[in-house]
Amino acid sequence: MEHLLELRNLSIDLPRGKRQSPVKLVEGVDLTVRKKQNFGVVGESGCGKSITCSAIMGLLSYPLTVGAGSSIRFLKENGEELEITSLSPAELRKLRGKDISMIFQEPMTALDPMYTIEEQINETLRFHTSLSKPEMHEAALAMLKKVKIPRPEQILKDYPHHLSGGMLQRVMIAIALINNPRLLIADEPTTALDVTIQAQILDLMNELRESYDTSVIMITHDLGVIAETCEEVAVFYAGQVVEQASVEEIFRAAAHPYTAGLLKSVTSLGGEEKMLYTIQGAVPTAGNFGQGCRFADRCEYCESRCRESAPALTEISPGHLCRCWLHAPGKEAAQ
Amino acid sequence: MKNYILRRILQVVPVLIGISILIFAVMKMIPGDVISGILGVEATPELRAQLAAKYGLDRPYLVQYLDWIGGVLHGDFGESIRTSAPILPEILSRFKVTAELTILAAFISWIIAIPLGVLAAVKRNTLADRFVRVFALLGVSVPNFALSILLILVLSLAFSYFPPLGYVGFLEDPLRNLQIMILPAAILGVTISGSVMRMTRSSVLEVLRQDFIKTVRAKGASERVAIFRHALRNALIPIITLIGMQIGSLLGGAVIVEQIFSLPGLGQMTLTGINQRDYPVVQGCVLFIAFIYVLVNLLTDLLYAYIDPRISYD
Amino acid sequence: MKKLLQTLRELWRDPMGRISLIGILLIILMAIFAPQLSHFKPDKMVGMPKASLSAQFWFGTDNYGRDIFSRIVYGARVSLQVGLIAVGIGATAGYVLGLIAGYFEGWVDRVIMCLMDILFAFPSILLAILISTVLGRGLVPTMVAIGIVNIPVFARTVRASVISAKGLEYVENARSVGVKTWPILIRHISPNVVAPFTVQATLALSSAILTEASMSFLGLGIQPPASSWGSMLNEARTFMEQAPWMAIFPALFIIITILLFNIMGDSLRDVLDPKLKL
Repeated sequence: MEHLLELRNLSIDLPRGKRQSPVKLVEGVDLTVRKKQNFGVVGESGCGKSITCSAIMGLLSYPLTVGAGSSIRFLKENGEELEITSLSPAELRKLRGKDISMIFQEPMTALDPMYTIEEQINETLRFHTSLSKPEMHEAALAMLKKVKIPRPEQILKDYPHHLSGGMLQRVMIAIALINNPRLLIADEPTTALDVTIQAQILDLMNELRESYDTSVIMITHDLGVIAETCEEVAVFYAGQVVEQASVEEIFRAAAHPYTAGLLKSVTSLGGEEKMLYTIQGAVPTAGNFGQGCRFADRCEYCESRCRESAPALTEISPGHLCRCWLHAPGKEAAQ
Repeated sequence: MKNYILRRILQVVPVLIGISILIFAVMKMIPGDVISGILGVEATPELRAQLAAKYGLDRPYLVQYLDWIGGVLHGDFGESIRTSAPILPEILSRFKVTAELTILAAFISWIIAIPLGVLAAVKRNTLADRFVRVFALLGVSVPNFALSILLILVLSLAFSYFPPLGYVGFLEDPLRNLQIMILPAAILGVTISGSVMRMTRSSVLEVLRQDFIKTVRAKGASERVAIFRHALRNALIPIITLIGMQIGSLLGGAVIVEQIFSLPGLGQMTLTGINQRDYPVVQGCVLFIAFIYVLVNLLTDLLYAYIDPRISYD
Repeated sequence: MKKLLQTLRELWRDPMGRISLIGILLIILMAIFAPQLSHFKPDKMVGMPKASLSAQFWFGTDNYGRDIFSRIVYGARVSLQVGLIAVGIGATAGYVLGLIAGYFEGWVDRVIMCLMDILFAFPSILLAILISTVLGRGLVPTMVAIGIVNIPVFARTVRASVISAKGLEYVENARSVGVKTWPILIRHISPNVVAPFTVQATLALSSAILTEASMSFLGLGIQPPASSWGSMLNEARTFMEQAPWMAIFPALFIIITILLFNIMGDSLRDVLDPKLKL
């Protein structure tokens, strides 16, 4: 295995009791994240992007489970390959916070209000290293400096409610990077922050990436964030990847009508809001997908076969995948 | 911190004054005057006046109240009409029994309720959870006296075990004292464990759903650390509030359980006072119990502020 | 009324709710048809004292030779009567006081709420006992005493809803132009307060029944020869070995009744306030 992370045919199930088959919230997802790559995952809320990343951490919340036939392979630093879906809880714990770490959308609620920042940073160190207390203090202090927190000595003693959202997100990044992970999953890390703070956090993440050997999966609903931070991007819609390509390719030649719609509705970071373009209609709910393309009801190019059968994810040009009948092989020939 | 404590104490003062006025007023409203209670209705007016003067009953209510409360502040709760013994020493010696009973009961209830509540939250919707919920529902529904009677019945009929009679103080004979106290304390503890269990379950569930638990897990924490170091620590705040309020149920329950198991506690003293129409005794006991209740609530409030870093003391 | 029917229907759909509805209905029917159900007068000697269970005396007889089944059936009347009227008193007084406190705020609010805090500062059974020393013993004094004990919880619930309703924009607007806001508040608060109030009332009902049983058990509530489950249990204590049935049946009925009201309170909370469901 040459890549850092490979998802193959990943599905996530929501059980519906013993008699019924589970609802597939995510289905047939294949993703590959290379070493030191910045990988973007974009889509509307509820499209399955966040739970996909929770599955990578082995952190699906009750009652979700990874479906049969799914594979999540991860390459450790020592060259060992792990199949995450079949790890024991203890093995998963060794991975979390050490090889793979995560930051979340809502920094204000992502830290335990009962403990000081130092205690919460130290916890991550304690789970994975055998540093002494003074060593942990030094490490925490150094890390806070790296994420550019002013007065780090004081901040270590503070409780989360003393800090602003932007500061807390920096602390979260510090906690996530302190064990020098191979992969950082950032789940909408800037969505809950003010626009100016958003830019600062993204700059910080870009900067830190230079000094760490870390790959990043950036989950967002905002293509603007992707443009600023990522090299490769996968577009999620209704539990599937509908398009995947390099970021330049997506912005230059988006193939899927849904991606095109997202691009039209993008607002530039920090800039004036343009006229908002909205994609008409609502996402079908999981369990109610018809046999056709899941985007058919909202698609302006919808034709009869779109409703009859679902298109497959196919390579339309080197490195550019799309799940749409418009770009299906043999399309030109058929016409 | 000092200021905070001081301010909370000051907030309690009007409630304490209110309690004493209420108790005093209730005692004055009791139909049938104390004097006929002591002397019978056929006493001569002279004798009545003499006794009224002795107990200060001929003076205005306000003076009587101030006199009483002034005495209370100096540790003088007056004396019993029946025995003429000073009331406070009696209250204090009986309070030892009640305090032991309620503290023991509280510990028993926490030992049962908090682990089971956590278990139910962590294993929600499993058989264990359902068992705990049924147990908790029974706990809140079975009255302590009914449980006492049924237990005594079962123990005596099936196991020929009879609760030991005759109270012995803890300092005189600790083992015998515990033998006497364990059954009433367990009954009292079990009957209040239901609500603690429910509160623990629901607040741990609530906390487990919060974002920071996911962060803790993402850091590589074991379930044990996530649940006990983080979830339970956060859930403890509502649980402590409830525990403070439960002291009321415990003190109230003690009145009944002491009666059933013939424990010479404050509750029994109150009931005897009521039955003998010994109103100074009733007045003193109820005042003392209400004060204890208010003080314990104050303490839990302070504890609450102490363990929650988000509450500032200034 | 329509809402009531809907709530009942939803309660019926929940298995636990259905159990509690059926059970409580049975107890109500038992109380209403007490004279028809019981074969004997509850307060008359009708057989040998302490006779065991038989076809004639289903639950046996007590130390005076009274039929325990008849006494249990009549005891349901006492329990429900005390429960309903006590909660009625507590809820009505609490509603009015909470409304006044929340509406006027300021010193009126402080005085009322301080009074409520004072009532709250007593263990409820102790307060009920204290009040009943003034009112005397028996059915009516017991009901009133337990009713007074119940006032603070209701007053707090209503006051909280009034204060949050006053913050609403249109109520503030109406106030600022000098419109009398009493009617608005009452109309606005009523629907908001119905859910917590109903749940509160169901739970208060179970605790009122419990308090009555406790007081009667201590000999301070319902007085003999009237039959209250609590006082029956008290009388049974002396004869526990010779006539355990004297204790078992009243204890069971107290437990079952309180259990049913608690189950109903839980199910009602789930139905009326799904937010709280976990």
